[in-house]
Amino acid sequence: MSATLNRVGLPRDAYKGAATTLCAGCGHNSITNHMIKALYELGVEPHRLAKMSGIGCSSKTPAYFVETAHGFNGVHGRMPSLTTGAQLANRQLIMLGVSGDGDTASIGLGQFMHMIRRNIDCTYIIEDNGTYGLTKGQFSATADLGSVQKKGAVNTFQPIDPCAVALTLGCSFVARSFSGDGKQVVPLIKAAIAHRGTAILDIVSPCVTFNDHDGSTKSYSWVKDHEESIADVSFVPFFEEVHVDYEPGTVRDVELHDGSHIVLKKLGEDHDPTDRRAAMRVIEEGRAAGHLVTGLLYLDTTMEDFATTEHIPESPLKDLGEDELRLSRDDFDNFMSEFA
Amino acid sequence: MTEQIINDLTIQAATVNGSGSQTANLVLTRAIFRMGIPVAPKNVFPSNIEGLPTWYQLRITPAGHMARTDQVDVLVAFNPSTWREDIKSVRPGGAVIHEEAFSSADARTDVTYYAVPFSKLAKAKIQSDTLRKQLANMIYVGVVAGLLGIPWDALEHGVKRQFLTKPKAVQVNLDAIKVGLDYWQDNFSKTDPYRLEPMTGAVEGKVLVEGNQAAALGALMGGVTVAAWYPITPSSSLCEYLIAYTDRYRIDPATGEKRVAIVQAEDELAAVGMALGAGWAGARSMTSTSGPGISLMAEFAGLGYYAEVPVVIFDIQRIGPSTGLPTRTSQGDIAFAYTLSHGDTKHLVLLPGTVEECYEFARDAFDFSDRFQTPVFVLSDLDLGMNLWMTPAFKYPDRPFDRGKVLTKADLERLSGEWGRYKDVDGDAVTYRTLPGTDHPAAGFFTRGSGHDESARYTENADAYARNMDRLARKLETARAALPAPVIDESTGSAVGLIAFGSTHAAVLEARQILADAGRPVDYLRLRALPLSAEIGEFVRRHERVYVVEQNRDGQVFDLIRLDLPPDLVERVRSIRHYNGQPIPAIAISEPLLQAEAVPA
Repeated sequence: MSATLNRVGLPRDAYKGAATTLCAGCGHNSITNHMIKALYELGVEPHRLAKMSGIGCSSKTPAYFVETAHGFNGVHGRMPSLTTGAQLANRQLIMLGVSGDGDTASIGLGQFMHMIRRNIDCTYIIEDNGTYGLTKGQFSATADLGSVQKKGAVNTFQPIDPCAVALTLGCSFVARSFSGDGKQVVPLIKAAIAHRGTAILDIVSPCVTFNDHDGSTKSYSWVKDHEESIADVSFVPFFEEVHVDYEPGTVRDVELHDGSHIVLKKLGEDHDPTDRRAAMRVIEEGRAAGHLVTGLLYLDTTMEDFATTEHIPESPLKDLGEDELRLSRDDFDNFMSEFA
Repeated sequence: MTEQIINDLTIQAATVNGSGSQTANLVLTRAIFRMGIPVAPKNVFPSNIEGLPTWYQLRITPAGHMARTDQVDVLVAFNPSTWREDIKSVRPGGAVIHEEAFSSADARTDVTYYAVPFSKLAKAKIQSDTLRKQLANMIYVGVVAGLLGIPWDALEHGVKRQFLTKPKAVQVNLDAIKVGLDYWQDNFSKTDPYRLEPMTGAVEGKVLVEGNQAAALGALMGGVTVAAWYPITPSSSLCEYLIAYTDRYRIDPATGEKRVAIVQAEDELAAVGMALGAGWAGARSMTSTSGPGISLMAEFAGLGYYAEVPVVIFDIQRIGPSTGLPTRTSQGDIAFAYTLSHGDTKHLVLLPGTVEECYEFARDAFDFSDRFQTPVFVLSDLDLGMNLWMTPAFKYPDRPFDRGKVLTKADLERLSGEWGRYKDVDGDAVTYRTLPGTDHPAAGFFTRGSGHDESARYTENADAYARNMDRLARKLETARAALPAPVIDESTGSAVGLIAFGSTHAAVLEARQILADAGRPVDYLRLRALPLSAEIGEFVRRHERVYVVEQNRDGQVFDLIRLDLPPDLVERVRSIRHYNGQPIPAIAISEPLLQAEAVPA
C-alpha cells in the first residue's frame, strides 16, 4: 500500500530529517516529530521552508526534519537577525526558527526582542528546558527561582519568561505549550506558520539528562502535574472547510492571514486570545498558583508584518536584476551632474 | 604692495559646532569651485552636537592638491574660545578675518587683520530671530568673497547648489552674504596678497562628492537589495545617502513598492546578521559601520567566511582604540578587518584610494562577494568618506552583475540532483551553491558554522576539516589574482619606492611632487586590495628601499607586506606612519623620507 500523500503530493517521510543526535527521551525530539506532523499536514512545500537556528541542543534540531529544505544553523543567539535578512531577501520563504532558552533568553535576548518589535514574519519556537545541556547542566535564564540543579545548586534569580517578554513588546502571536502535549503543539505550530508576523511558541521541553529531577520545574513529571491548558486548540487549514458543531459560547474562532482558522474550545475560564492584558493576567495568575499555563495566549491578526510595512514586494528581492536595480544611463548622468 | 598670490591659498574657518557654519563653508567651497578653481575641503569636527569648536579647511591650489596642509593663509576666526590658538596657525603675511569683539591687541603683528562686527551686523541686518545665528555665518562668506574677489554669480551658484532641495532658503542666505560683501566694500582696502581668479581647464568635467555618497551610489549600482546598519560616525551618512538614493530610484511610483529593504538594526551584531541572512537567501546585501561596529561583527564575519556566505561590509574607519576619537580619521582597522574573527579566518578587503574608487569598489564588492561567496570588506575612512573631494564624474558600469556559481532548478535537473555544496568541481576552490526557494528536491542543504564536509553534512572528521580549510585557503588565492591590482608608477626610475593605500593617496601624490622638486623622485605602488597582490614582491625586488606609508601607529600594512615577502627582501621595506587623527599632509611623507634618504655629510 502506498503512503498517504498530502495536498502537495508528498508522503509524511518527505518531512523527515537526519537521525537525531540528542539524548533518548529529549523533549526536543518530540517537538521535532510534532514539527514533521504539522508541516506534513499543512502541506508545506519543502523548498519554500527556511529552517533557522542559533546554537545549542535545540538549534541542532532543524537538521532532524525536512531534510530537503534549506537550513541555517548560525551563531549563538543571533538567529533573529539571520531570519530577518533572509525574509527580506525572499518573502516567499516560510521562515521557521528553532531556538532554546539560552539562545533566546540570555545571549539572544536583544535580537529576540527586536525581532518581535519589528514583527518579522516568522515562526520562532523556543525549546525551553531551563538548562544548558551541551555545556552540561548550568542554569539558563528561564529557570524558575528556587528550582534545583541536578547537583543540588538552587537558582537564586528570577526567570525571564519569553512569553511575558513577547507580550510586553506587543508580539502578534504568543503561545506556550509542552513537548509532551502533541495535541496542543501541532495545531499551535500550524497556526504559527499560518500567522503573518512573529509567532512566539515557547515549548517546555524537558532535558532528560540535566533537568528532569525532583526540584526542577522543567521536568516531565512537574509539567505533567502542573500544566493547565487554557483552551483546546484545533487548527483548520485554509484548504479545509470549517465544520461548525459546538455549543454557542464555548468556542472562539480566529481567522488567520491565509484563511486558516484557529479554533479554541473553552476549558475553564473563558480566555479571549485577542486581549493582551488578559494574556498577561493569565500568565501571572498561573505563576502565582504554581501552574504552567499553556495554549494560545495572544493573537493579533491586524498588525502588519515588517516587510509589508516596509513596502517590500511579495516577489523576492533576490531575483531582481540590473534592469530593476541600476539607474538607467540617463538617470545616472543626470544624477552625476547634480554633484557639479 | 606685496606680490599677489593667486588661487593658491588655504582658508581655515574656526567656528562653533552646530551653529550652521558648515553650510556657510560649503557655500564658499561651491562658489570657488564654480570659478573653475580646484578645491579640497577638510572638515575637522568634534564628537558633539552643539557648542564645541570645529574647523573647516578649504585648500585652494591650481594643481588641485587634495591632501590636508598645516599651512593656513586666511583665517576666519568666529570662535572666541579658540581664537588665541587659531591665530598661531596662520603663516606670516597671512590674513585674519575676525569678530571685531575679539581683541587683537596682544596677538601677532605679522598678519593682516580684518575686524568685522559680525554680531552687530547680524543683529542689525538679519530680520529673522530664528535664523540669525545660522545666517551670521553667511556674513563671513560675504567678507571672504570681498577679500578674495569671488564674483556674485559664483556665490549665487554656491547658495543655490547648497539649497537644492530648499529653494526658499536661497534668497535669505544671499541677503546675508550681501551684508558681508557690502561691509567689506565699505570698510576695507586690501593689503594682503591673496586673490582668486577664474580658471579654465582645471575642474571641467569634475564634480564634488563625499566618499560615503560615492559608496552609496556604488552600492545602488551594484544592485544592493538588503542593507542593515546601526548609526555610527563616520559611516552613518553612507546608509543615509543610500536611503535617500533608493527612495528616489527604487520605489515603484504606481504601487509604492520598494526594490530594497534597509533596516536600522538594534546593534552591529544584528546589522551584519541581517546582511548575512539576506546574502544567504540570495540578495545582494551589505552593512556599513566603523571600528567599534567592526569589533562587534567579528563572530558573524567568521561565520560568513566558514559557511561561505556573501555579504559586503563597509568600514569607514575612525581612529581607535576603543571609542578613540570618533570624529577623526585613521587607517587603523586594516589588520583587524583582514583576519576578523577567531580561528584561521581571512577576508577579502578592498582599499579605495579615491572617491571614484569608493563608487567602483562599492559596486564591484557585490560581484566579488557573490563570486567568491565570502564577506568582502570595503575599507574607507572618515577623510575619504565625509569630506567633499573633487573627482571626475563616475562611469556607468560596463558589465552586468556577476552572481557567482549558483545552481538553479534547471541546473539541478541537468545534474540529476548530484552536487555538493562545498565540492570543488572547477579546481578554483570556489564551489556551487543553491538558494533557498529553489524548487528541486536536491536543492536544500544545511548551512552551518560548525564542521562540514563537501556535502554540507555535519562532521568532526579530521581529514574533512583540514580538506575544507585547505580549500578555503586556495579560494583566497583565486581571489588574490582577481581583486583590483595595485596601481604602479615606476616612471621615475628611482631606486626608492613608496607603497600606500586608501586616503593616503592624496598626500602621496603631492609628496612625490615635493620629492621630485627636491631632486629625489620616487616610484609609487598603490595597494588596492588584500590579500596582497603578487606584484608587491616584484615592486620591492625592483627597488632598493621601499617606504610603506599609512595612517596608523603600528605600521599594519608594513607588517603584512614583510610577512608576505621572501626573507631577502624584508630589509628593503621601511615604514612611515601618521596617526594623530588628522588626515595625513604631504610633508608627513616627504620630510621623513628626505631625512632617511639624506646622503650622510
